[in-house]
Amino acid sequence: MAAVDIPAKHDMAHGDDHDHDHEHHQSFIRKYIFSEDHKTIARQYLFSGIFWAFLGGALSLIFRLQLGFPKMDMTFLKPILGKWIQEGKLDPEFYLALVTMHGTIMVFFVLTAGLSGTFSNFLIPLQIGARDMASGFLNMLSYWFFFLSSVIMLTSLFIETGPAAGGWTVYPPLSALPQALNGSGMGMTMWLVAMAFFIVSSLLGSINYITTVINLRTRGMSFSRLPLTIWAFFLTAVIGVLSFPVLFSAALLLIFDRSFGTSFYLSEIYIGGEALHYVGGSPLLYQHLFWFLGHPEVYIVLLPALGITSEIIATNSRKPIFGYRAMIGSMMAITVLSFVVWAHHMFVSGLNPFLGSIFMFLTLIIAVPSAVKAFNYITTLWRGNIVFTTGMLFSIGLVSVFISGGLTGIALGNSAIDIQLHDTYFVVAHFHLVMGSASFFGLMAGVYHWFPKMFGRMMDDKLGAIHFWGTFIGVYLVFFPMHYMGIAGFPRRYYSFTGFEVWKELYLDLTGFITIAAGFTALFQVLFLYNFIHSIFRGRRAPQNPWRSNTLEWTAPINPGHGNWVGEIPSVYRWPYDYSKPGAKEDFIPQHIPLWETPESNLSHEIEPGAVGSGGEKVAMDRQGDIEAPTIVNNKEEKGRIDVADSDKKE
Amino acid sequence: MMHDEPQMPLSMHPKKFALWLFIVSIIMIFAAFSSAYLVRRAEGNWLEFDLPPVFWTTTAVLVASSVTMQWAHFSARRNNMTGLKLGMVLTVLLGIGFLVGQWNAWQYLVEQNIFFGGNANDNPYPANPSGSFLYVLTGVHAFHLVSGLVFLGIITVAAFGYKVHSKSMTRIDMCATYWHFLDVLWVSLFVFLLVNH
Repeated sequence: MAAVDIPAKHDMAHGDDHDHDHEHHQSFIRKYIFSEDHKTIARQYLFSGIFWAFLGGALSLIFRLQLGFPKMDMTFLKPILGKWIQEGKLDPEFYLALVTMHGTIMVFFVLTAGLSGTFSNFLIPLQIGARDMASGFLNMLSYWFFFLSSVIMLTSLFIETGPAAGGWTVYPPLSALPQALNGSGMGMTMWLVAMAFFIVSSLLGSINYITTVINLRTRGMSFSRLPLTIWAFFLTAVIGVLSFPVLFSAALLLIFDRSFGTSFYLSEIYIGGEALHYVGGSPLLYQHLFWFLGHPEVYIVLLPALGITSEIIATNSRKPIFGYRAMIGSMMAITVLSFVVWAHHMFVSGLNPFLGSIFMFLTLIIAVPSAVKAFNYITTLWRGNIVFTTGMLFSIGLVSVFISGGLTGIALGNSAIDIQLHDTYFVVAHFHLVMGSASFFGLMAGVYHWFPKMFGRMMDDKLGAIHFWGTFIGVYLVFFPMHYMGIAGFPRRYYSFTGFEVWKELYLDLTGFITIAAGFTALFQVLFLYNFIHSIFRGRRAPQNPWRSNTLEWTAPINPGHGNWVGEIPSVYRWPYDYSKPGAKEDFIPQHIPLWETPESNLSHEIEPGAVGSGGEKVAMDRQGDIEAPTIVNNKEEKGRIDVADSDKKE
Repeated sequence: MMHDEPQMPLSMHPKKFALWLFIVSIIMIFAAFSSAYLVRRAEGNWLEFDLPPVFWTTTAVLVASSVTMQWAHFSARRNNMTGLKLGMVLTVLLGIGFLVGQWNAWQYLVEQNIFFGGNANDNPYPANPSGSFLYVLTGVHAFHLVSGLVFLGIITVAAFGYKVHSKSMTRIDMCATYWHFLDVLWVSLFVFLLVNH
């Protein structure tokens, strides 16, 4: 942390020494491995997230082979899967394990840690004008808890009885009784331990994000001038702090049921004809607790992607975001509503039908803020000077999958229709589009857009465009047909559907088609991996502000050191969406440009009292008199502020 | 002069703020347990038994420890080092006393054949969720109290090294906040148990 404070303690004149100052003291381990720099931690999250994404994707390809081509000889997978392939066939229990781990990995390790972990860490300090997170140490701890959790989860894939196999929601009694399923033994224990560490990591991260956004904003960065990315990360963290502890409680009770003989979730049960004598547990209780996290988790995954998209669409449409306040309002509404809709996952679990209609009503209300957001994206694009960067393509792709996946949510949210659709491929199609693909597109948009800030180089645009079109067409080919299968009642999580004549005749070629489409989509991800790694080392060098963007991160050096800005942190004088302002010289005015430097484009409410009715000269004169004094005051206060923080550390 | 200089946004001490968020997450853990308790209790098949009477004593001990914590805090602000040290040591001792009392409560439960776990196959008195919940609520609270004791220990050592005084209050401020929270949390759990038992 000491290095962070250095720039503030020097005067502007000595600014040149800084880089020099802090590069020395850090050993390789402190700089790249146990780093407290939010940018390094963000990159660590990104690399881990990409690793998990490829692993999770590979698992889905294996079970897609089984679904698409049930008669296929899978002996060629024996070198990887070993005894999980018996006589050329995939072991049915291992199929369940694959589905479970695919869900767990994608939801938690890729789209929560990989998305929120990467971009909240990277962008919060850079966009609000802070030198680092509120606590660099806790931030580092957060990553290493995640790493520990990752190691345990990864190890569980390789144990003899296989990883957890009860579905990513790990409902008891399947998950509570080790004798229920191979995967409910050791694999389930490791799943729970890994998730406990994951929750700790996520809480440390969220607490840090909220604290940083509220307390470490630079001069002038009021809440109404925050970029929508930061609003999204902030609200995501709020959801995390409120919902993850509940999952922790649920998991703790499950651990007690598994290993300490309690019966919170276990009621009178027979297994293999033998009565187990558990007394008075309620499996529904688990479902309530799980979905109290589980549903907000959907928005933990989605909101960061929506925030990233808002920023990228405004920048590349060269237009102010349409309805800035409506965007914030709808994100807040989503945050609040996300906590009161959980039981729509339980419509067919024996829930009181009256309670069901209340949850149905609340669920359908979420369509309103979601529609406001979709509308605002489209109206921002409307008649903009659109620049089709790869980040922009993925953002527009997000809007598309968000709408087509969101519409089916309105159908699923109805408790009556859900009776037919529950646990069918319709649900699979719905959440893979609206949550999976949308968040994945947001993640990719963010990677392409902020790659220059992360690595000082540009990714290749042509490869990026090919990656986008392959992925965009691919996800629709994969998930769209699933709607039809789902409406016909085709159940999810089934190892073999060919026993049912109807589905076999109707859908065998369709599932085969989906599998081929999934393989096709996966190939384009390899292209991304090549582009990503190649660009880190060989990409074109990034200019200072490659997308001509307004936000503060582009005022920091191209390869920012620990502490982000050399010398003073810029102050903020305007909102982040002054694109194509009438009268302005350029089509963008960054947040740190004062109003008095842009008299030609100021709107009536932005004209200062002293400058009313006068031309440029008067404003320029005022500026001369003023510019010195505030700078000095800034320095003094800045110094005082940092000193306070410093003395705390010495205690 | 006439220009609106950008204002420094309102902010509080980041670490204190983070502590409050940590407290919120603990509240959510207990909110989950207590709502699970209520939902489960409403379903019936709920074993009725008396709360351990020692809870009254432990509650009094914990409230007393909050008082001594506050006394230590006041003493630190007035640079009264003797008061600070005495207050901190008393708080630690009362905190340990509380834990001993909670342990006694568990022993009392065992004597009443209220067990944490065990089903009818291996125990003539199978565990009912009503009993298990009591163990979980008190156990998880005790776990947090141990973390509070560690925090108290660190501040006590600092107090004996004269590193806590009126010019250096951040850490004892945070320690007092956390300890009072653990106290309030226990009192509310106790009231919750008294009402919903």
